[in-house]
Amino acid sequence: MAVDSKKMFSKKNASLWAFFGLALLVATLLAVFISPYASKSPDGLDRFAETHKESPGFRKAEEYRPVYKGSPFSDYTVGGVKNEKVSTGLSGLFGVIITVVVGTGLAMLIAFSGSRRKKKSAPDAT
Amino acid sequence: MHIPDGFLDLKTWGTLYGVSGGTTAYALYKVRDRLDEVKIPFLGIVAAFIFAAQMLNFPIAGGTSGHYVGALLACVLLGPWEGFLVMVVVLLVQGLFFADGGMTALGANIFNMGIIAGLLSYYLLALNKGLLSRLMGEKKALLVSVAFYSWLAVVLASSACAVELAISGTMPLGTALPAMAGVHAVIGIGEAIIGVVVCAVVLQARPDLVDAYHFKPEMLGTVTGEVA
Repeated sequence: MAVDSKKMFSKKNASLWAFFGLALLVATLLAVFISPYASKSPDGLDRFAETHKESPGFRKAEEYRPVYKGSPFSDYTVGGVKNEKVSTGLSGLFGVIITVVVGTGLAMLIAFSGSRRKKKSAPDAT
Repeated sequence: MHIPDGFLDLKTWGTLYGVSGGTTAYALYKVRDRLDEVKIPFLGIVAAFIFAAQMLNFPIAGGTSGHYVGALLACVLLGPWEGFLVMVVVLLVQGLFFADGGMTALGANIFNMGIIAGLLSYYLLALNKGLLSRLMGEKKALLVSVAFYSWLAVVLASSACAVELAISGTMPLGTALPAMAGVHAVIGIGEAIIGVVVCAVVLQARPDLVDAYHFKPEMLGTVTGEVA
């Protein structure tokens, strides 16, 4: 399906964009203002690993260092921000921005490659 | 249940990279003609919402917490292959930017949370949604299905994680499976509640956006042509 930017932002779609805007606002509010108050306890898998940390399997895992250390917001914190809650909330804001950009960008790339291929095979289709 | 580096051995995470990579390639191929003006931004927004919701760990018993996964909901809202790609985006961003989930375990995490909790659970839902629809109407049937299969998705994904730990020789299956499935049977209740609430809100506000719901414009109050 070809992406028509005129159709995309038409007045008819105003309520759709209002809904999308609201959904994005909710996601941002959750990530920025609620996430600092989320439970700090380990999750199901981490708890299991902690309980069995003396087992040979998890002791070996403990020695293992991550191969990739380039994460700018490791453990949902922003370096240099001392206030823990602000740091978590700020990392949440960055996360929401990154996911919406990467997600929409990927979808656009796929759609454009799809519509280009379609046009090539059926040139007279409008 | 994001697996960090070191929990899985090379043969396990390598194999799962292959499976998840292949599935991702197939998903990209499947959705290329299905993404339109509405679905493109919606995919990004669902990804952002799931990222945000996954940050909200809620406490369960015994000093343990759980968090939303959202894979099944993404599949219900966008369609199974689009929903799977949402999980790939979320897990990739979490791994690259937040060190949440190891980069060696990315394939395994996509397998557990994208394929098992997403695609598999969605197709299980699709199998008996028709029958439920005949019993209680489509809207209600969808919400009941979302509740049950959201719970099942989390239990199945955590079980897959336990199997991977066992195959890697990290922990025997007899210990890992009951522990993981047991904790996640509780966490899954939270998954079901969030899934139903979000699905109900979208069904109410924009039923046309829910891919798993067969929305027809005449459902907006106008009477259809057929009169008895």
